[in-house]
Amino acid sequence: MDGLSSIIELEHICFGYDAGPPVLDDLSFLLGEGEKAGLIGYNGSGKTTLLHVIMGLLTPSRGTIRVLGKKIETKKDFLEVRRTIGLVFQNADDQLFSPTVLEDVAFGPLNLGKSPKEARTMAMETLERLNLEGFENRITHRLSGGEKKLVSLATVLVMQPKALLLDEPTTGLDEDARTRITSLLNDLDISMVIVSHEYDFLAGTVQRVYSMKDGRIQFDGEAEILHVHVHRHPVIEHRHSREGEQGKSHSR
Amino acid sequence: MIREPFVNEASPFQRLDPRLRILMATAFAFVMALSDRFSALVPGIVASIILIGFSGLQVRNVLKRLMLVNGFILFLWLVVPVTFPGAPLFDLGPLTATREGVLVSARIAIKCNAILLSFIALVAVSPVATLGAALARMGIPEKIVFLLLMSYRYIFVMETEYQRLARSAAVRGFRPSTSIHTYRTFAYLIGMLFVRASARAERVYMAMLCRGFSGRFHCMQEFSFSRKDGIWAGCMTIALFGLGILEWMG
Ligand SMILES: Nc1ncnc2c1ncn2[C@@H]1O[C@H](COP(=O)(O)OP(=O)(O)OP(=O)(O)O)[C@@H](O)[C@H]1O
Ligand SMILES: [Mg+2]
Repeated sequence: MDGLSSIIELEHICFGYDAGPPVLDDLSFLLGEGEKAGLIGYNGSGKTTLLHVIMGLLTPSRGTIRVLGKKIETKKDFLEVRRTIGLVFQNADDQLFSPTVLEDVAFGPLNLGKSPKEARTMAMETLERLNLEGFENRITHRLSGGEKKLVSLATVLVMQPKALLLDEPTTGLDEDARTRITSLLNDLDISMVIVSHEYDFLAGTVQRVYSMKDGRIQFDGEAEILHVHVHRHPVIEHRHSREGEQGKSHSR
Repeated sequence: MIREPFVNEASPFQRLDPRLRILMATAFAFVMALSDRFSALVPGIVASIILIGFSGLQVRNVLKRLMLVNGFILFLWLVVPVTFPGAPLFDLGPLTATREGVLVSARIAIKCNAILLSFIALVAVSPVATLGAALARMGIPEKIVFLLLMSYRYIFVMETEYQRLARSAAVRGFRPSTSIHTYRTFAYLIGMLFVRASARAERVYMAMLCRGFSGRFHCMQEFSFSRKDGIWAGCMTIALFGLGILEWMG
């Protein structure tokens, strides 16, 4: 492709769950090196499905997937993809299966061939980065919903992926945890796709926002502008109703 | 809520190598199961009570658990004495209890309780996570260990899911009664639970694949066998031999 190096490149992807209507319909999408993209869309529009297709968990009926410029076809290619790209699942209970937090975070590094000692060190460092010190011996299923969410992010970050797919990483998190995730994602110098319904969060983390509709992805605009746009609506209406206060809408 | 009522950080047995505790509890279970003489069974149950004493567990909790199991044993007491052939002991209406029947029931009751007590004292004081790691380190095939750990992990999820379904039925005014509506609702609840379980299993497997899972499990926890473990191992082995001698020589 044209000069710009891409991490993920999807061309004409079609996918439908068996016997169902197509969920992804001739979808094309490109995630550039270092690009942080937000993805929004109605419930059931196929966002989760798309992320699973990228990871090779679901097989598209048509279309090509390229990761780091390489066409992904065989099962072995996807094994490689899963070392390159990390996916944080929408539901943390799907992601966390080990008895303790430490074991769960160390699961990925162990699969990458690290020794138990190295895996433990990496896990502890990652937990620390997420302000989760002291969580290592907690029992995963006894964590709160938000804690599970943070730990499942840790389980993926510990594998040091080159790109990150986040499926609604902030649902159920409090303001504090949300801020922490925002600054963490900003510090990470890798490409990512963030599925979220929260404009505020997207505006704080990504540069561009795409939306999913009718099985396709379209570019919606720069996150900054969209953010302001969304927030301006009530202000504009406000101005209509009260002529006198025009100055307010310029505070940008 | 499903709980691990005996997990007790303060128990001195917590500080022993879990491999040793599993091994000893298993060996004890074998000795008790194979013993027939009361001269071995009675010291055996006394030994298991002593272990409970050392474990620092709340006697009340232990008794509660024992009641549960002895509920089943009660059925044996109702049936076995009057059906087992042997010398008549006393009459109960049309039925006759035999001496042998009573002895068999007593043996079963003693064996069950002794084995249960020893497992509560030695094994149940550790979280299942630790036990799984210990089993793996003892050379039990990894797949079996993970089967144990995963069932344990997702029993909780299934329980929460069941409660969520039951609650959602309850808040919409569902009151169980003996009606076709009740049966149908319960059938839906249970059916839904199975459907969700299999969907969940699939997603968990997907999540594992995403983290580079390729069919091999790795175990992280390391255990070390200390001098204290050695002392306990010695004492328990001697006790087990003692029981064996009482059974087969005495
Ligand atoms: N396992 C499945 N089997 C059949 N159909 C499915 C399955 N999973 C999802 N679908 C359908 O595919 C469509 C897209 O689902 P998907 O989960 O990708 O949506 P989403 O955009 O992630 O929604 P949300 O915002 O609610 O997470 C939905 O219409 C859904 O009903
Ligand atoms: Mg989704």
